[in-house]
Amino acid sequence: MSAASPIQNAAPADKKVKPVKAAKVAKPGANKVCMSVRNLDFFYADKQVLFGNTLDIAANKVTAFIGPSGCGKSTHIRTYNRMFDLYKGHRAEGEILLDGINILDPNVPALELRHKIGMIFQKPTPFPMSIMDNIAYGLRLQSGLSRSEIEGRVEKALKDAALWEEVKDKLNQAGTSLSGGQQQRLCIARALAVEPEVILMDEPCSALDPIATAKIEELIDELKQRFTIVIVTHNMQQAARASDFTAFFYLGKLIEFGDTQQIFTAPGKQQTEDYITGRFG
Amino acid sequence: MNQATRKLSGDTIFRALTMTFAAGVVLLFVTLIVVLWKESQLSIDAFGFGFLFSSDWNPVTEKFGAWIPIFGTLVSTFLALLFAIPLSLGIALFLTELAPAWLRTPFGTAIELLAAIPSIVYGMWGLFVLAPLMADHVQPWLGEHLGFIPLFSGPSMGIGMLTASLVLALMIIPFIASVTRDVFLMVPQNLKEAAYGLGCTTWEVARDITIPYGKKGIVGAVFLGMGRALGETMAVTFVIGNAYHLSWSLFAPGNSIASTLANEFTEADGDLYLSSLIELGLVLFLITFTVLTLAQLWLRRGMQESDR
Amino acid sequence: MNNMQRRKIINGTVLVLSTAAAMIGLVMLTWILGDVAIKGASAINWDFFTQLPSPPGDEGGGLANAIVGTLLMTVVATLISVPFGVMAGTYLSEFGRQTALGSTARFVADILVSAPSIVIGVFVYLLVVKTMGNFSGWAGAIALSIIMLPVITRTTEEMLRMVPKEMRESALALGAPYWKMLVQVIYRCAMTGMITGIMLAVARVAGETAPLLFTSLNSPYWMQSMNEPMANMTVALFNYAMSPYDDWHAKAWGMAFLITMSVLVVTIITRISLHKRS
Repeated sequence: MSAASPIQNAAPADKKVKPVKAAKVAKPGANKVCMSVRNLDFFYADKQVLFGNTLDIAANKVTAFIGPSGCGKSTHIRTYNRMFDLYKGHRAEGEILLDGINILDPNVPALELRHKIGMIFQKPTPFPMSIMDNIAYGLRLQSGLSRSEIEGRVEKALKDAALWEEVKDKLNQAGTSLSGGQQQRLCIARALAVEPEVILMDEPCSALDPIATAKIEELIDELKQRFTIVIVTHNMQQAARASDFTAFFYLGKLIEFGDTQQIFTAPGKQQTEDYITGRFG
Repeated sequence: MNQATRKLSGDTIFRALTMTFAAGVVLLFVTLIVVLWKESQLSIDAFGFGFLFSSDWNPVTEKFGAWIPIFGTLVSTFLALLFAIPLSLGIALFLTELAPAWLRTPFGTAIELLAAIPSIVYGMWGLFVLAPLMADHVQPWLGEHLGFIPLFSGPSMGIGMLTASLVLALMIIPFIASVTRDVFLMVPQNLKEAAYGLGCTTWEVARDITIPYGKKGIVGAVFLGMGRALGETMAVTFVIGNAYHLSWSLFAPGNSIASTLANEFTEADGDLYLSSLIELGLVLFLITFTVLTLAQLWLRRGMQESDR
Repeated sequence: MNNMQRRKIINGTVLVLSTAAAMIGLVMLTWILGDVAIKGASAINWDFFTQLPSPPGDEGGGLANAIVGTLLMTVVATLISVPFGVMAGTYLSEFGRQTALGSTARFVADILVSAPSIVIGVFVYLLVVKTMGNFSGWAGAIALSIIMLPVITRTTEEMLRMVPKEMRESALALGAPYWKMLVQVIYRCAMTGMITGIMLAVARVAGETAPLLFTSLNSPYWMQSMNEPMANMTVALFNYAMSPYDDWHAKAWGMAFLITMSVLVVTIITRISLHKRS
């Protein structure tokens, strides 16, 4: 899992406006594709809530999902790590390809999939243990890393999450003793420690104040050099600021997907425009 | 993949383990009923249904009928609820609507603590403190002024049905009051404010908003309190008098199922005697089972949706 | 205006009655606790904790054996019921929400919580005492554990359910198997609540008498093992209070004081710790 070269990242090739039109597959420009979602349907028991979502998630980019509440954006993201397995009657159909494998296939072990795909939730969820143990938790699950290796990876993860300076002297304090923004960065560090390919963020800033939010957005910008990030947000400014690509969902359908700039400046669909300009939602 | 299957089986094992223990709880309950039923058989064969309605209880002639203890259990519980319900509602209302803010928490906590005091302490206090008081002051006064009603006639002995019911009431008041208070506190503040805004008095808000809103919880609390009162042993045994005769007078001593068991179980020498006592226990269990089941069904009614 | 006056009068009356109810409650509380404290504290001395009971009618002696017996049986009952109840509660919260077994076990536990404790005593008499052939400390501890079990089961279930969904999902999102998520993360989150539930259950059985009457019985001697009748405070209190001796009455008050105080202290401590958390 080596970091992508800065050159590739800086490549401006795809940053030009190119209307996605009603292409069959919503393509994130010419980028390397990390995940391919094909005809994703989702059901809560008999009720269908996602309808044929098809899009590609670009590697080492930030993709934002926006849309009014109940539009299915959270449901969509939660299929990527099969979180819905937990609930009876929830089921997904279609394909989500990661490294050429359909992760919706029940034969794909969910636990290993989740090592590859980290997730951050709305509310910070520090486990009731020390800062150190919080971050080491995922590492200890995986394999027989030595104590010093674990400590090294914890430090690295905390540095990656821009939390190291704030907590390096109190690694043995409870994770819950941190402030809300710090807790959320702790959770990010916890997800980073296991070195996933993709990081899913489900409205990660909705419980945070503006300053903490700014820090997380800054962090997201740095992290995309090494990780593919998918973020669900109800905050359109955030999507505009922090993401490279934006997908707009409405009533379980993917209405429009494309370059963030284009979506926000020249949306291709009336519904998108109405939502962005605040006419509904 | 290999690691994953191993982990999955960890889940399977853990799940099976917890399932075993949950099944254990059910098994315990089934065993309880089966054992009581089996051991009552001797008595059931001997007396049949008549057991429930016969007021004979004579270990010497080995004639056993459960009516007096059943009657005593029902009457003492009924009277206890009669005293306890209005008092508990009054306390709950006071705690939520009337008491100054600084008093609410300490007072509420005190009532809850009262619910934690073991029932034997209530029973003993009833025997040593309340019974003499009843014998010397309360019962003579009642007899003098209301003696024309059979309920308040007869000698003032202190111990008896009335005293037992009072002790029982004291024991369940804290329970019902604290649950009712919790229910009252759950009524949304803006609902109450809306009613006050219309010019309702405190009582009208309570009558029209708070009590209807919390009706379900209050009835549930009363049922649960009833379940406790029916099966209560120690608060009653000290003061009910343990006598086997029916009387209209509340001053007269009586008996309840629980106190019969407490007093006679270890003394029972004949097989039939013991079996009759066990059947008495079974009857008590079935009565409380019925009441508690009703309480559960009532409380769960309409809670299915919010449960998810 | 007439109507207005009537409403005000009704309101005033109800308020007065309600305040009176609260005052009656307060007076009774003070009265009972006051009697227990005054009469109880004066009966408690060094001998009370260190001496064996004196023969009926003789002055002096203490109830050391009963105090130890109650402690021992309560501890054993806790050791039996905690693992049992925590596992059963885990099933109810995590695996058995919608299953037939889950709802049956939940229903049964709710019934058992309020089942008459004397019937539990009869049950354990038939199951253990009759089988073993004699009254014993074990039988007493088992009876107490049956009373604790449903309380612990239901508290565990509720406390586990209160742990936010996101907490579970976070652990699972890191690739933790379900059982590790539960044991390593969720139990920790619910720990305070579970301990509170256990302590309240302990406080409850510590004052139970009825289930011990036919199981552990009582004994004037030091126990040699849990296989024989075992002295305990509540049954001793019952016997002493029903006896004709003044000295025993005094000791009964002493025990009532001791039991009430321990129960109240445990309850207050757990409540404070619960309050601190929330």
